[in-house]
Amino acid sequence: MAHSEQEILAGLAEIVSEETGLPTDSVLPEKSFTDDLDIDSLSMMTIVTLAEEKFDVRIPDDEVKNLTTVGDAVSFIANAQS
Amino acid sequence: MSHRTDVVVTGLGATTPLGGDVRSTWDAALAGESGARPFNPEWVEAYGLPVTFAATIKVAPADVLSTPELKRMDPSAQYAIIAAREAWADAGSPEVDGERLGAVVSSGIGGIQTILDGWDTLREKGARRVLPMTVPMLMPNSPTAYVSLELGAKAGAHALVSACASGAEAIGYAVDMIRSGRADVVVAGGTEAAIHPMPIASFAASRTLSTRNDDPTAASRPYDVDRDGFVLGEGAGVVVLESAEHAAARGARVYAKVSGVGLSADGYHITSPEPSGDGQIRAMRAAIADAGVAATDVVHVNAHATSTVVGDLIEARSIRGLLGDDADHVALSATKSMTGHLLGGAGALETIFTVLAVHDRQAPPTINVENPDPELVLDLVREKPRALRDGDIAAVNNSFGFGGHNVALVVTSA
Repeated sequence: MAHSEQEILAGLAEIVSEETGLPTDSVLPEKSFTDDLDIDSLSMMTIVTLAEEKFDVRIPDDEVKNLTTVGDAVSFIANAQS
Repeated sequence: MSHRTDVVVTGLGATTPLGGDVRSTWDAALAGESGARPFNPEWVEAYGLPVTFAATIKVAPADVLSTPELKRMDPSAQYAIIAAREAWADAGSPEVDGERLGAVVSSGIGGIQTILDGWDTLREKGARRVLPMTVPMLMPNSPTAYVSLELGAKAGAHALVSACASGAEAIGYAVDMIRSGRADVVVAGGTEAAIHPMPIASFAASRTLSTRNDDPTAASRPYDVDRDGFVLGEGAGVVVLESAEHAAARGARVYAKVSGVGLSADGYHITSPEPSGDGQIRAMRAAIADAGVAATDVVHVNAHATSTVVGDLIEARSIRGLLGDDADHVALSATKSMTGHLLGGAGALETIFTVLAVHDRQAPPTINVENPDPELVLDLVREKPRALRDGDIAAVNNSFGFGGHNVALVVTSA
């Protein structure tokens, strides 16, 4: 069962919030992982690992560098699951 | 004439089976409470554990730490950071150059829950699901590293490992850092979080754990004739140590001094203490000499005494052997009767107890001693705390670890 983009955003926000302590409603599509949410590479790989499990998708390592914003990640996951 | 730097204790922090901080832990110890309780019955059911209880932490880290902190720290580091924050605040959050501040927080076993959880994940779900933080969480220097990160301690961050002597050895090393001029302030202690079916199974297999499953609070009974092994505990104790000059310059409250450190190794057996107590005596003798106190000044010993049949008596004989008739005026306390055995956290928590005993002039009780072992040749403090005399006094905290590690610390009144 594919998740909607809205569900993916909500699920991703939960993962990011647990990793960073930021409130879920601050994890918005336009936010940059590094510049806005202050997520380092170790945390980013934690988020990727947890997101892969949650949404049952594969996010290849060479894709991760293209996921600049939360919205990039939501779109990638939405496309990857279909 | 060279003048040796005095090292004083200015802050205390702990999270233990008796309480979530030092005050509640010390009050419970003086009241003779036990921290032992049944653990998750599913473990017993699933794995056939012969022991069904432990001295589990009283206040869950989830009640104190944020979600990100819980997710990136093994419980051993969580306990350490909780204790370190309390100790640091208790010391008045000293203003100190980071390059003059050290961290020495040991664990005897390390991040074993993380290791075992990671292995479960790998086997059940494959490599892709193993989290990147697994290694930084399982490494045994993780607790001291987090304390160093939190406080900006840059003089050095160390984690000496010597099983159940680790916490005391950490404090001894911290004393050396200050005496040698490497640091003015060191945050030091020990932590352990090994209450998991696998280590319990192993300790039980070596027949070192009490199996008094029908009465957990009476299970840890050092020096009682019916003692049958130790009770596994968990938690952390952390102290802030400071050069006396540094503490005086900022007007800090001083609990006591850590005046002597004595170390030795048995070189005898991987788990059994050397029967004559030679290694233990050498550690205590060195600590007392290092402190420059006389045997008559020693009024209290916080024993390692874990409630094992063999170990308790070897230590008691060592104390008598070293102090001779002067042992008659030693109030002996075995606080593991209440806290269980915190392994790498034990020496640190018991140093805190020793510091408070010297500061408050009262030795904590030893509970569950209904029939003292007739071979015990010392004055054991039972049931109620015992007042310690006024004037300059010294107390010894013993810690011995699997592997034959012996650490004795001498605490003197400020």
